[in-house]
Amino acid sequence: MDSFLQQFYQQLVNGISLGSIYALIALGYTMVYGIIRLINFAHGDIYMLGAYVAFFATTVFKLPFFPALIAAMVVSALVGVTIERFAYRPLRNAPKIAVLITAIGVSLFLEYGGMLAVSPQPRTFPALLPTGIFHIGGVVINSYQIIILAVSLILMAILTYIVHRTKIGKAMRAVSFDNDAARLMGIDVDRVISFTFAIGSALAAAAGVLVGIYYNSIDPLMGIMPGLKAFVAAVLGGIGILPGAMLGGVIMGVVEAMVSGFISSTFRDAAAFGILILILLFRPSGLLGKNVREKV
Amino acid sequence: MALLKVTNLSKSFGGLRAVSSFNIDIDQGELVGLIGPNGAGKTTAFNLLTGVYDPTEGEIMFDGKSVVGLKPYQITQRGVARTFQNIRLFSELSVLDNVKIAYHFHVKYGLLETVFRLGRYFGEEEDLDKKALRFLEIFQLAHRKDEIAKNLPYGEQRRLEIARALAAQPKLLLLDEPAAGMNPQETQQLMDMIRWIRKEFGLTILLIEHDMSLVMGVCERIYVLDYGSIIAQGTPTEIKNNPRVIEAYLGEEVH
Amino acid sequence: MTGMRQKTKNDLLMLAAGIVIYAVVQTLISVGFIQDYWERNIVYVCINIILATSLNLINGITGQFSIGHAGFMAVGAYVGAIMTVKFGLPLAGGIVAGALGAAVLGFIIGLPTLRLTGDYLAIATLGLGEIIRITILNIPYVGGASGFMGIPKLTNFTWAFFMMLFVLFFIKNFVNSTHGRACVSIRENEIAAEAMGIDTTKYKVMAFTLGAAFAGVAGALFSHYTYIAHPASFTFMRSFDILTMVVLGGLGSMSGSIVGAIFFTWVSAFFAEWPEWRMVIYSLLLIILMLFRPQGLFGNKELSLKMFGRLTGGERRGTAQGN
Repeated sequence: MDSFLQQFYQQLVNGISLGSIYALIALGYTMVYGIIRLINFAHGDIYMLGAYVAFFATTVFKLPFFPALIAAMVVSALVGVTIERFAYRPLRNAPKIAVLITAIGVSLFLEYGGMLAVSPQPRTFPALLPTGIFHIGGVVINSYQIIILAVSLILMAILTYIVHRTKIGKAMRAVSFDNDAARLMGIDVDRVISFTFAIGSALAAAAGVLVGIYYNSIDPLMGIMPGLKAFVAAVLGGIGILPGAMLGGVIMGVVEAMVSGFISSTFRDAAAFGILILILLFRPSGLLGKNVREKV
Repeated sequence: MALLKVTNLSKSFGGLRAVSSFNIDIDQGELVGLIGPNGAGKTTAFNLLTGVYDPTEGEIMFDGKSVVGLKPYQITQRGVARTFQNIRLFSELSVLDNVKIAYHFHVKYGLLETVFRLGRYFGEEEDLDKKALRFLEIFQLAHRKDEIAKNLPYGEQRRLEIARALAAQPKLLLLDEPAAGMNPQETQQLMDMIRWIRKEFGLTILLIEHDMSLVMGVCERIYVLDYGSIIAQGTPTEIKNNPRVIEAYLGEEVH
Repeated sequence: MTGMRQKTKNDLLMLAAGIVIYAVVQTLISVGFIQDYWERNIVYVCINIILATSLNLINGITGQFSIGHAGFMAVGAYVGAIMTVKFGLPLAGGIVAGALGAAVLGFIIGLPTLRLTGDYLAIATLGLGEIIRITILNIPYVGGASGFMGIPKLTNFTWAFFMMLFVLFFIKNFVNSTHGRACVSIRENEIAAEAMGIDTTKYKVMAFTLGAAFAGVAGALFSHYTYIAHPASFTFMRSFDILTMVVLGGLGSMSGSIVGAIFFTWVSAFFAEWPEWRMVIYSLLLIILMLFRPQGLFGNKELSLKMFGRLTGGERRGTAQGN
């Protein structure tokens, strides 16, 4: 196979596995934005938190992969709900800027509080799963990449089921469509918002665990860039739209892998923000979104 | 010559035709009403006239020139000012500043004069203060000049909005439901005020209204809008007796 | 009318107060009473006041939520350094060039971006700030990832103070004019502003460009004080720092931005030894402030000027800003 194509397929594989991580984080962003119109800057740090919970679960409590993953998701969900309850809920009717600044504050708190708690040094994430490398027509596929993709797909399937088939999912959609109307229909909006934070945080935590396994290194600031990029992914797909977040995540991952592979990895982050600017200027409602205009 | 001449104006949102084949002619100095049942497209028509929406088709001639495709601020600068159905004041600013802002595009001093306080800055600023104050006196708001706009009672907010629109020195004033939320006595005062400002400023006024007593009492000519099209026009008496209008307002009283 | 005389009188009084402050601090520096640590932080206070008041012009006065200010500061820092290091210009040339560079970029970026509102604008400006930083990181001419080294230390207290004074007067006069009121009207109600004949795009871009230019001034002062311009100094953390100063003082209040910048600089200096604690306290401060006093210390009022006006018996005009 010609080396350009080989490189292309290799980066496509890398990009899809990276992209499914972004997609998992982007789902949380998009759900929260869809429901309370807040860019939850702290979301990337929940992902970091998930990685650390799994790290301690496996090193201190010697848990295997799946229980550690579940533990990370549960703890992060609780933290996510707590943050919403104490930092965002009191500001439900405050100007948007106040909430956004609070979110930035929470994010910084998790990052630097995390440094105080677990030291700023990166930690080596234990190898929890057997490694294997597969060669398919000159393209190298790591067993971790397969696991990342599989876990992501399963979680996304569960999420889709919850949102479309369960009562709480229906309530989530109703609140996201019209907060006030949902309240008048007897939906406990606060509970729905808590639930949304719980699910979003759990997904981000899972992404954190998967990244820990994949790169086998975690640190308290690991959430900043993936968090921002996942937000870009959510905007790219159309904020508030679940399939949009998945699509956006995968596109972001692939573009990043391609830029790293063919241009230079130093431009990787610039590419992500470049996508953001382009999408905001030319299609601010995202790939799958519809345009809305303020009523005069 | 007509000050405002609108021909075949249409606006579609997706598949929905909010306004279609909308035709009106307003002469210099007229006081015209635009009425219609809820959802007839009155506010959409206003938004088309003021450039908030671009029309799907049709022509709007103001003062002999087309204003289609111009931005709202450009249309205002040509001489069309408006108020809003849901009051849109600069709510955290003082009453005086609300009016001063409307003079903005008449002010000539530039950025350098601003920053170094040279040339026309002081003269124009003083002039502006005086003019704005005089305006507030006319609208009996002078004693409120330092009040924050959002703290005014509802009726005064409506009055301030009209004062602000007039401060932009328009030829044509568009009033979007000026009597909304007012009691009969306030509506009566508003009618007097509208008549008076028309005379005092030599204005042409087009107003949208739900309150029939206001429209019938103050307007010389009325257009009736239903399902986005003009279905009738004429004097208040003609409109009152027009069977199509009565039909359109089925259930609503026409005094 | 007394308006003109009153305004000029207030300006002169403020200028005199500024010069007195300068004279006192400069004397204390000259006699060695204020030394390295204090002098450094006093210069940082001046630079941070420039940054905070210029961001306040965009975020507080015009109501456009930008969180990419560090990017413009970086442009000023690098362009200024190129002028002095590579072209041998004096500091004044570096500052002017830095301001122009940042202004041009601010204009080019602002024109398309300011169509966005609220959160979207925030995240776009954050992204643009990062793009600027990453671009600089990849230009070997200015040292790439290892930073631009060997910049002469030309900034001193005098430069920092008088540039600050210039920027303060510039912004104050701008805000108290029809142009400034146009900006405020956009913050208050963009649709109504447009309906009052205000070219909202023009004023948004103008505020953004001016804000960027002053961030450039601050950047040029900064890089000529620290010997080095490094991409890592201009991450979005720096933008958040500036935002914190503005929010702390109260969005829309110039005196608030000044107080916010002074407070922030000294708290940062105090906690410099414990960077994690510094950030934890800073984050808690932001959260608590938003929960209990989201309008900041001063709201959008000019508290000091109001008091000042009352003290001198001057007529208090009903503007949101002083005069």
